[in-house]
Amino acid sequence: MSKFRKDDGKGTPEISTASLPDIVFMLLFFFMVSTTMREVTLKVKMRIPEATELSKLEKKSLVSYIYIGEPLPMYQKTFGKAPRIQLNDQFATVDEVQDFIIAEREARDEAEQPFMVTSLKIDENTRMSIVGDVKQELRKSAALNINYSSRKKAER
Amino acid sequence: MAKKVPEIPGSSLADIAFMLLIFFLVTTTMDVDSGLRRKLPQWVDPSELKDQNNEINERNIFVVLVNKNNDLLVEGDYEQIENLRERAKEFMANPYNAENLPEKEPMEVPYFGQVMVSKGVISLRNDLDTQYGTYLAVQNELVAAINELRDELAKQQFGKAYEDLDDDKQDAIRKIYPQKISEAEPKGKNI
Repeated sequence: MSKFRKDDGKGTPEISTASLPDIVFMLLFFFMVSTTMREVTLKVKMRIPEATELSKLEKKSLVSYIYIGEPLPMYQKTFGKAPRIQLNDQFATVDEVQDFIIAEREARDEAEQPFMVTSLKIDENTRMSIVGDVKQELRKSAALNINYSSRKKAER
Repeated sequence: MAKKVPEIPGSSLADIAFMLLIFFLVTTTMDVDSGLRRKLPQWVDPSELKDQNNEINERNIFVVLVNKNNDLLVEGDYEQIENLRERAKEFMANPYNAENLPEKEPMEVPYFGQVMVSKGVISLRNDLDTQYGTYLAVQNELVAAINELRDELAKQQFGKAYEDLDDDKQDAIRKIYPQKISEAEPKGKNI
């Protein structure tokens, strides 16, 4: 009997899938560690401007976000095309910024309040009038640490 | 001999893991939040502001104006945004003590001893119709100018980049090159 007999008629053996769960779990853990949960559903369209002098927002829990941009197409029927402010999950007016900041501050620990940062995510085509109004409101509510959200610019 | 427990089939484990994976892919984002950090000035009541007369010498102010067409006016002449960084650096450093660039005053700074510190202030004013993208680009260039000056000084004095220095050394450098960028209230549409 030959040792090198061809196992004819049996076809190729199936690849074992026993390690498939392990691979998928590995992927899963990678994504769980490297990504963050979405905070809100965006209702405005934004193209964040580019900058070079960036600093990272370190403590996510201390950051409150203000979004400004053109409403998404599905909201344009009710809200029009002019840039709007979005706080949390809804559209807001400039007057509501102060209340929003106070509410955000109440939600934090008192010791952490001085380190709170407001991240402004603003579309690059927005006119400065609305941005200026928001900045004035932030100054009035003493939320002075701000961060103009921007993308890393490729080196020239 | 103990009774053999039938094994739980493991073939569906992959499906469960896939489901979890897809859930996380959909609900999370990968973007790192980064941006240009700035500090707003304290809120001052406009009525109190009037009786303060700011006595800042003309040569100590670096005026940057941005109009509604996103054009730049730097110290009275049109300028491209690419050149703004160099202009701001020249203004803040004033290496040859030129007459038209800001005065300096002696100051005691740790690690450096007696140094001449510029009294220069950068003043930025935009129009109500300026695009935010341009405004941020200008801010970025101004911050970059000061960061570059700090970095040069750090390399010259300590042989290291500014970011790698200890906190008190960074403080010393910040004293020599403070980030004095003042933003004026935008004028109305009559610019």
